[in-house]
Amino acid sequence: MERISRQDWIAIIVLALLAVLPPLFLSMGQSFWMDLATRLVILAIAASSLNLVLGYGGLVSFGHAAFVGLGAYAVGIPAHHWLYGGMDPIATTNGFVQIGLAVGVCALFALVTGLICLRTRGVYFIMITMAFAQMVYYGIVSIEEYGGDDGLVIDSRSEFPGISLDDPLQLYLLAWASLVVVVVLVRMIVNSRFGMVLKGGKGNEQRMATLGFNIYAYRLVAYVISGAICGYAGALLGNFTTFISPEMMDWGRSGELMFMVILGGAATLAGPILGATVFIVLEEALSSWTVYWHLPFGLFLILVVLYVRGGLTGLLSGKKED
Amino acid sequence: MGDILRAEGLNKSFGGIKATDDLHLAVATNELHAIIGPNGAGKTTLIGQLSGLQYPDTGTIYYKDRDITRLPAHRRAPLGIARSFQITSLVMEMSVIDNIALALQAKSGHSFRFFRPARSEKALRDGAMALLERVGLGAKAHMPTVALSHGEHRNMEIAIALGAQAELMLLDEPMAGLGAEESLQMVELLQSIKGQHSILLIEHDMDAVFALADRISVLVYGHIIATGTPDEIRSNEAVQHAYLGEE
Repeated sequence: MERISRQDWIAIIVLALLAVLPPLFLSMGQSFWMDLATRLVILAIAASSLNLVLGYGGLVSFGHAAFVGLGAYAVGIPAHHWLYGGMDPIATTNGFVQIGLAVGVCALFALVTGLICLRTRGVYFIMITMAFAQMVYYGIVSIEEYGGDDGLVIDSRSEFPGISLDDPLQLYLLAWASLVVVVVLVRMIVNSRFGMVLKGGKGNEQRMATLGFNIYAYRLVAYVISGAICGYAGALLGNFTTFISPEMMDWGRSGELMFMVILGGAATLAGPILGATVFIVLEEALSSWTVYWHLPFGLFLILVVLYVRGGLTGLLSGKKED
Repeated sequence: MGDILRAEGLNKSFGGIKATDDLHLAVATNELHAIIGPNGAGKTTLIGQLSGLQYPDTGTIYYKDRDITRLPAHRRAPLGIARSFQITSLVMEMSVIDNIALALQAKSGHSFRFFRPARSEKALRDGAMALLERVGLGAKAHMPTVALSHGEHRNMEIAIALGAQAELMLLDEPMAGLGAEESLQMVELLQSIKGQHSILLIEHDMDAVFALADRISVLVYGHIIATGTPDEIRSNEAVQHAYLGEE
């Protein structure tokens, strides 16, 4: 086992707090905070997946909400057909099938769009990832059967043997455990040979090419892994909200994910978790204080980007690693 | 002694500017072949085409008699071609040893490995450390690359080229921006690897070039006007007229 860095400690502490506090709130009858915590943990998974490509790979994807949406619809559509008939092969409430579908569809979508997007650089990459996400958005809007832009109610949550996602605590613990697994997985990937090449490509693409690395292939694999994880987060989100709509994949949602990563600290393990936490809590606190909450919220975000290098994790750890 | 690299009739234009103009060049196996020429002669464009980051408009490049004209850079490296960059081109965010270890990683198996920490691979770490010792940077292995001086970055470039175990090294102005003392050290370093690799050296520092090179080619306006030993080049009238006289 290698040494545990300061950044790892921040991730461990935040994860530990997230394990203890929300169930505590719930036991005190504060189910509102439990809801908030569930949402932020699920978004932290999505943000961690984005961090893999954005933070470590230097690929600013502005379309990750599409994966969240696809993942959620991979739960909603089978559940819809299970209840109302049609599309027999996928009509099910079996959680394993639904999550397999979410991860599979998102990996495939990432592969196909990545093949095209990754041929571009910089601002073009940002625009083309956003364009693909908007395509999915309008695609779903146009499908009458699944509610179009009114969205779709998930009448029955994913079913797993032994656990019931209808119980808020069990749903939360599943989301939390998933976040832990994802953080450990991302940590493993970025420190592996693969991760070294990915990070090297972010720092200096030409150098990596002349060393003999086909950086395009490495980025594509990272993009597929990222999309698959994000799709998983979407499946959890569908189970949490039990209502899904194309609005989930609006480009503004992609921007929020980006913001969580940058706010918390891109290319840090704890960054996406911290970012999601502060983002969600602050959004909630400010909006209960004033209807004009967007203004102070926006100012805060601008200040962090301008003055805090390495995001909140950078602030806490005193220096940026990796 | 055969030629490891041959360029035949290379042409490359940017808009109306001919950066490479009917260029012919041959680098013999294990020789140190220097290219000199005034600013804007097309030296970096030439090395770009040889390393595969740019492609010529017309003409052919042979490496060990194999046509590599259109081969992308990442597929030339495994054949044994390494290049250094005139403008230091390292991964600044990474530590010094990580940069070198990446060069070794490129040479040892594939890198689609997702689970084992790369920094725990002893062969990569020890190999990288040995290379850093060789270029005098052993003590700074674990510093962030960005914290090192320009001269030290130049030495890292050489360590990476060595780490790539290249048969042919394309060195783009390794002495650019170095002080007198650092330049001398770089000459010594190049002297120590000379003869073990084929080296194409692009360099402005005339003292260094004449001290190191087996043969020199003079590039003017994208065209090679003369090739020969340092003595032949020194006494070549066309060269003196085009280049040396102006210094």
